[in-house]
Amino acid sequence: MTGKLYEKSWFSTAVLGVLLSIMSAASLFVGVMDLTPADIFRGDTEKLWLLLVSRLPRLLAILCTGMGMSVAGLIMQQLCMNKFVSPTTGATISCSKFGILMALLFMQSSTLWSRAAFSFVFALLGTWLFVWFIQRIQFKDTVMVPLVGIMFSNIVNGVTSYFAYRFEMTQALSSWETGHFSMVLRGRYEIVYLALPLIVLAFIFSNHFNIVGMGKDFSQNLGVNYKFVLFLGLSIAAAITASIVVVVGSISYIGLIIPNIVAMFKGDKIRGTLVDTALLGALFVLVCDVIARVVIAPYELPIELIVGIIGSVLFIGILFRRLRHGRKAIRAIAKKGGEAA
Amino acid sequence: MKVSNLLKKYDGKAVVDSVSFEIPKGKVISLIGPNGAGKSTVMGMISRLIAKDAGMIDFDSKDISKWKSRELAKRLAILTQQNNVQMKLTVRELVAFGRFPYTGSHPTQADQKIIDQAIAYMELGEFEDRFIDELSGGQRQRAYIAMVIAQDTEYILLDEPTNNLDIYHATNMMKIVRRLCDELGKTVILVLHEINYAAFYSDYICAFKDGRIAKFGPVSEVMTKETLSEIYKVDFEILQVEGKPLTIYY
Repeated sequence: MTGKLYEKSWFSTAVLGVLLSIMSAASLFVGVMDLTPADIFRGDTEKLWLLLVSRLPRLLAILCTGMGMSVAGLIMQQLCMNKFVSPTTGATISCSKFGILMALLFMQSSTLWSRAAFSFVFALLGTWLFVWFIQRIQFKDTVMVPLVGIMFSNIVNGVTSYFAYRFEMTQALSSWETGHFSMVLRGRYEIVYLALPLIVLAFIFSNHFNIVGMGKDFSQNLGVNYKFVLFLGLSIAAAITASIVVVVGSISYIGLIIPNIVAMFKGDKIRGTLVDTALLGALFVLVCDVIARVVIAPYELPIELIVGIIGSVLFIGILFRRLRHGRKAIRAIAKKGGEAA
Repeated sequence: MKVSNLLKKYDGKAVVDSVSFEIPKGKVISLIGPNGAGKSTVMGMISRLIAKDAGMIDFDSKDISKWKSRELAKRLAILTQQNNVQMKLTVRELVAFGRFPYTGSHPTQADQKIIDQAIAYMELGEFEDRFIDELSGGQRQRAYIAMVIAQDTEYILLDEPTNNLDIYHATNMMKIVRRLCDELGKTVILVLHEINYAAFYSDYICAFKDGRIAKFGPVSEVMTKETLSEIYKVDFEILQVEGKPLTIYY
């Protein structure tokens, strides 16, 4: 039984991996400038240049974004014991944007790195404040937690807009308002790679996150330092978010829906779901990006728009499923999975 | 384990005051008393879930607060009701966490064997790949106990283990507690509301009243008409069933 289940758990990972590889390769040849695999094999230097300077960086940025945001969401959901918490609904993204604005305001010649640092510090502070608040006020209804997060996040956005307006920064900030990959070129996006070591770090500590997600008493029983792991996990989530937001801008929903979809099928043990979550996240962002590039070609839509549309529909689906059927709906899926195994 | 002069204050008011007792090894000890008598707080302080304001908890001739968390987790386990029950972990994944204090994220073959044994001991074999949120309350409780068995500690602390269980499951739970002590040689300390369960299944009873110990001793010494009436302020009758004192109150 265990052996079979083990095989099955690798099966989904393999399928996602193959799908992602195919989509990644295909996405390299979608864009305004014509580029075909034949061009590459012919050794056309101009086309190769296009591939290396624009298409490949864009692909890598997309993969890092998808993996990073969904893993950040996974960590936050586990640590907050709430399936509706994510960088979007936990105010991490909005605080991260606020940090970027602060960097623009206070450092005349802010580099990508200094903006990322500001972004990280504010994302961390904001996430901490939010988590502190929801732990202080124990909400009976789980939906209240993300609602509080959304309110908090709107307040932060309001303050950001105020300062941006006041200091005539609205235009500079607009680049981060809606996430898009059109500015991703070699030399100005590499910071998103930070997401990868952070994901590895998250994987190493995944059992700790699981234990902390079971509650304070549970952690204490197993000798796990609750506060330290909570701090570590939120820092990782904030750092991933900040490194992505500073390059791509705000991208919502990924951290919210991807971990939920994977958990429905594979449960909550992070060791078993983290890789799938990362792969599905990357696949989701990639598909959205290709749609964004194709829909009104030769122009392109900001990816945030596509992610927002698809994401909100999926989110409402998940919400209804959790609200109406409660645990029953999830049980039905799990049973199906159990029988298949 | 020896507890001496334990003190806990909330808002300047002592909820636990000069509590001292010695926990006999390899026995089942029940902490009973009315609501707010301090029994759960004492349990919390023994397990370090609650910080004590004064006093000493001597565990292997070292104060419990001086123990490293991970080392303590190999010697003493605590199970409370405050666990996240929505987490979709399989029974096996949950039980495997019991080995965490020993080998962390890299369980060995020996760990797997211990996990298998713990699952078998709690008769959870057929459920081992089911998610804990799909189980009944009684089954889930058994899964948690299996985890504690895998944790392989000398001391097991249970905070109201029969809470939210019906008579059938609660009675089974108490039988499990007895087996943990008799078959596996554990020292089990539990907080109980049901005094008859305490009387029937434990070796010692520690009765609390107003943050102090009203009476501590073998079951027969504590389960008397006078002591119980004094603690709970209601009338009691004591009956003898299978040589054990059971109570009727009205």
